[in-house]
Amino acid sequence: MAKLDSKIPSGPLADKWRRHKADIRLVNPANKRKYEVIVVGAGLAGSSAAATLAELGYRVKCFVFHDSPRRAHSIAAQGGINAAKNYQNDGDSVHRLFYDTLKGGDYRAREANVHRLAEVSVNIIDQCVAQGVPFAREYGGLLANRSFGGAQVSRTFYARGQTGQQLLLGAYSALSRTVGAGLVELHTHSEMLDLVVVGGHAKGVIIRHLITGEITRHSADAVILATGGYGNVFNLSTYARQSNATAIWRAYKRGACLANPCYTQIHPTCIPVSGEHQSKLTLMSESLRNDGRIWVPKKKEDAKKSPNDIPEADRDYFLERIYPSFGNLCPRDVASRAAKRMCDEGRGAGESGLGVYLDFSDAIRRLGESGVRERYGNLFDIYHEITAESAYRTPMRIYPAVHYTMGGLWVDYNLMSNLPGLFVLGEANFSDHGANRLGASALMQGLADGYFVIPYTIGDYLAQQPPSSRPGPDSAEFRQAEENVTAMTRRFLASPGKEPVSHFHKRLGKLMWEYCGMARTRQGLETALQKIPALREEFWASVRVPGSADTLNQSLEQAGRVADFIELGELLCRDALMREESCGGHFREEHQHPDGECRRDDANFAHVAAWEYQGEGRTPLRNTEPLNYEFTKMSVRSYK
Amino acid sequence: MAASTPSKQLLSVTLRVWRQAGPQEPGRFVDYPAAGVSPDMSFLELLDMVNDGLTKTGGEPIAFAHDCREGICGTCSCTINGKPHGPGKGIATCQLYLRSFADGDTIVVEPFRARAFPLVKDLVTDRAAFDQIQQAGGFISVRTGAAPDANTLPVPKADADLAMDAAACIGCGACVAACKNASAMLFVAAKVSHLGLLPQGQPERDRRVLAMVQTMDAAGFGNCTNQYECSAVCPKLISQDFIARLNRDYLTATVRAAFRPTSAGGGGAG
Ligand SMILES: Cc1cc2nc3c(=O)[nH]c(=O)nc-3n(C[C@H](O)[C@H](O)[C@H](O)COP(=O)(O)OP(=O)(O)OC[C@H]3O[C@@H](n4cnc5c(N)ncnc54)[C@H](O)[C@@H]3O)c2cc1C
Ligand code: FES
Repeated sequence: MAKLDSKIPSGPLADKWRRHKADIRLVNPANKRKYEVIVVGAGLAGSSAAATLAELGYRVKCFVFHDSPRRAHSIAAQGGINAAKNYQNDGDSVHRLFYDTLKGGDYRAREANVHRLAEVSVNIIDQCVAQGVPFAREYGGLLANRSFGGAQVSRTFYARGQTGQQLLLGAYSALSRTVGAGLVELHTHSEMLDLVVVGGHAKGVIIRHLITGEITRHSADAVILATGGYGNVFNLSTYARQSNATAIWRAYKRGACLANPCYTQIHPTCIPVSGEHQSKLTLMSESLRNDGRIWVPKKKEDAKKSPNDIPEADRDYFLERIYPSFGNLCPRDVASRAAKRMCDEGRGAGESGLGVYLDFSDAIRRLGESGVRERYGNLFDIYHEITAESAYRTPMRIYPAVHYTMGGLWVDYNLMSNLPGLFVLGEANFSDHGANRLGASALMQGLADGYFVIPYTIGDYLAQQPPSSRPGPDSAEFRQAEENVTAMTRRFLASPGKEPVSHFHKRLGKLMWEYCGMARTRQGLETALQKIPALREEFWASVRVPGSADTLNQSLEQAGRVADFIELGELLCRDALMREESCGGHFREEHQHPDGECRRDDANFAHVAAWEYQGEGRTPLRNTEPLNYEFTKMSVRSYK
Repeated sequence: MAASTPSKQLLSVTLRVWRQAGPQEPGRFVDYPAAGVSPDMSFLELLDMVNDGLTKTGGEPIAFAHDCREGICGTCSCTINGKPHGPGKGIATCQLYLRSFADGDTIVVEPFRARAFPLVKDLVTDRAAFDQIQQAGGFISVRTGAAPDANTLPVPKADADLAMDAAACIGCGACVAACKNASAMLFVAAKVSHLGLLPQGQPERDRRVLAMVQTMDAAGFGNCTNQYECSAVCPKLISQDFIARLNRDYLTATVRAAFRPTSAGGGGAG
């Protein structure tokens, strides 16, 4: 049974981080260069961590499967990043950002972590501006803000519809500077396929070079995973196609606990599926809900009509109706489920009936077409490219889609997993968003972890490891891990089947969406838990992986990732089955209030579920970490 | 757009694809007919479909680079019918839909070709030279935690907007592939302009432009002869005006360096 010590510092909430920083062990500057740190991933979390640790003097090796760090999935974030700057003088504060985030997460995150996130949010904006991130500005030259869901203040900083791109390019520039100066050894096209654990501590990784196929072993004093989320377990999602769970899944199989995998976020505003060929779903940023109004026809008979033919009186602006105080800006989980309910009632728009309207006609009347173009032009263009429709003329048609995963590897307050020496940052960990993440908070968390948390907390671990005590890559554990990887490759290439990997990914995705999507039931989850193991067997028996191991082989890459998704999908359903309550993104139909809202069960489920691998074919162990709320009352989340 | 096919009517097209097992292997075009294609399908989804078919029938799928599939990561990189990213304007390969083609079309698909982008396999090339240019100077040296409050430094909106126009570059390399000299001037110009337009970028302005241009030349990119094919194919429509700005910056920095020596070294992170 894993030991889950959250290591939350004692003392008043607002002092915890400051005191912890003062109390924590440090590594002296001369010793820092004796420590080697592996960073896997160079999205916002990984680049910011690698650059900052290198500046501090640690020797850093950074691995990414992409051809360049700039391609990480963070690049695709559109809408913005939150920070408690209160530049708008609208009553924002660290406390309010803390409170909104905790409530937004449906009281399933740790108070102390969330408070720290809110505290460092302000430093992030300073850092990014100093790096040259071209945030939107007002005419006076100061920074502009917009509003995002789950908040009644305007605290979101943005760079047109490309905030993730600009923040990542900022972090990438910091990383590039340290690479250029010889402080970080950057390995692109390098996929981590196993974690090496020596004497109970994470001490290295096994890497496959995606172009040469070469397998290499790398040892270090500590390993950081910043490898992103696992939403592609659903196949269709707003994630980049290559985003995958392999790094965290293989770490899980080496003993790191995986926390709350069932907390998945379904984003309300995405372009609906258009056909079987579809490979990805495109997000329409939440920022659109600042000015767009969401509606469905009041009458079922109108559902197939052109929206412009439906008179105002026959439109149901259902979010404004049900949630008058937050309206179109209620949190994502709430908005997504409301949209699903409308479609389930038969009032959904479009051929498939799976869509609701996001309408800008009021905004166009108020701001003029050019005003709307200035704010959202690029999003309207994307919509037009994909659907061949103009959202200036007809309302957009949108539907919820998988977008983010709040679950991830379990970490303590220092962002260290239960495996000592393994740190997990960004979307790959479970730490700050509870059961639902508010918009513009993932970018904040990724950069908080990388720039402002890990540089302190890693020292606490390293200071306890004698310098240069790391094992060499020739030890038995490294050899065994490498053998593990090559055996899997051999097995794939020898598979006698005929079906492409994509065939199984699609089927897994459909199962997950049907039984473990926006609404889950005991019966559905039990069905999924029958079907997924069967799919897994079929996968191994009938997949075909053409080509060889010693060249670029995209089928082989995909095969390993989908094999992991199938196993992770099963755990996700198991977690959803065991959590007999509804909270945030996890909605169990059995547990709802009469009005269809989530019914949490704080008496029995105010805890983190951290799953521990028990070996192949064995049911994993469900450990729990209680969530003790010392400063906030766990109340019923209401946006009405 | 070359053609526009109304939704719902299925298409038959032939993909004529460049196949090359590796940098040292010979390459050639191979035809892959595809029938029953929805006009709502993206071009990369068509490649997925062809690849699934190849896998099922014992062939080897076509290697192609892609990730975000929404025009922002800069990974996808096909030259389609002779034009980097194909017939659309202001889009990347992944944003091209089959409705841009007509029934019966033969679509020629090649990798981005340039000396500084060596071929890896089929449609995949190695664009690491862009990272090297960035590592030489594409940054503002600021230590984590050392930054002043963000609003202490107002930036005129017009400057910030122009910097953002330049910063929108996705680093795909279409500009290089479109240029008959395989020049990387638009890419470097975008980066140099983004940082050079902001007050934060001033202290290292000269050093940055010298180091980046030097690294660009060393990586084997060609010279700019002002044809501006680059801007025309850029998925973000980055303006060629930034090239003029780069030239000015480079000239000024060179002149200033002659009088007041400026290191072109990339360091400064220490
Ligand atoms: C379309 C979209 C829009 C979004 N918009 C917003 C927004 O407006 N605001 C907001 O706050 N959040 C937004 N998000 C969420 C946010 O973008 C992500 O949660 C965040 O960027 C994740 O950053 P990361 O650093 O944790 O991981 P990523 O950016 O996913 O980076 C993962 C890195 O790990 C590497 N990697 C992964 N596995 C391996 C392996 N096995 N071996 C080697 N390397 C590996 C990859 O190469 C990559 O470098 C959005 C998400 C999507 C999908
Ligand atoms: S796949 Fe990302 S830009 Fe095309």
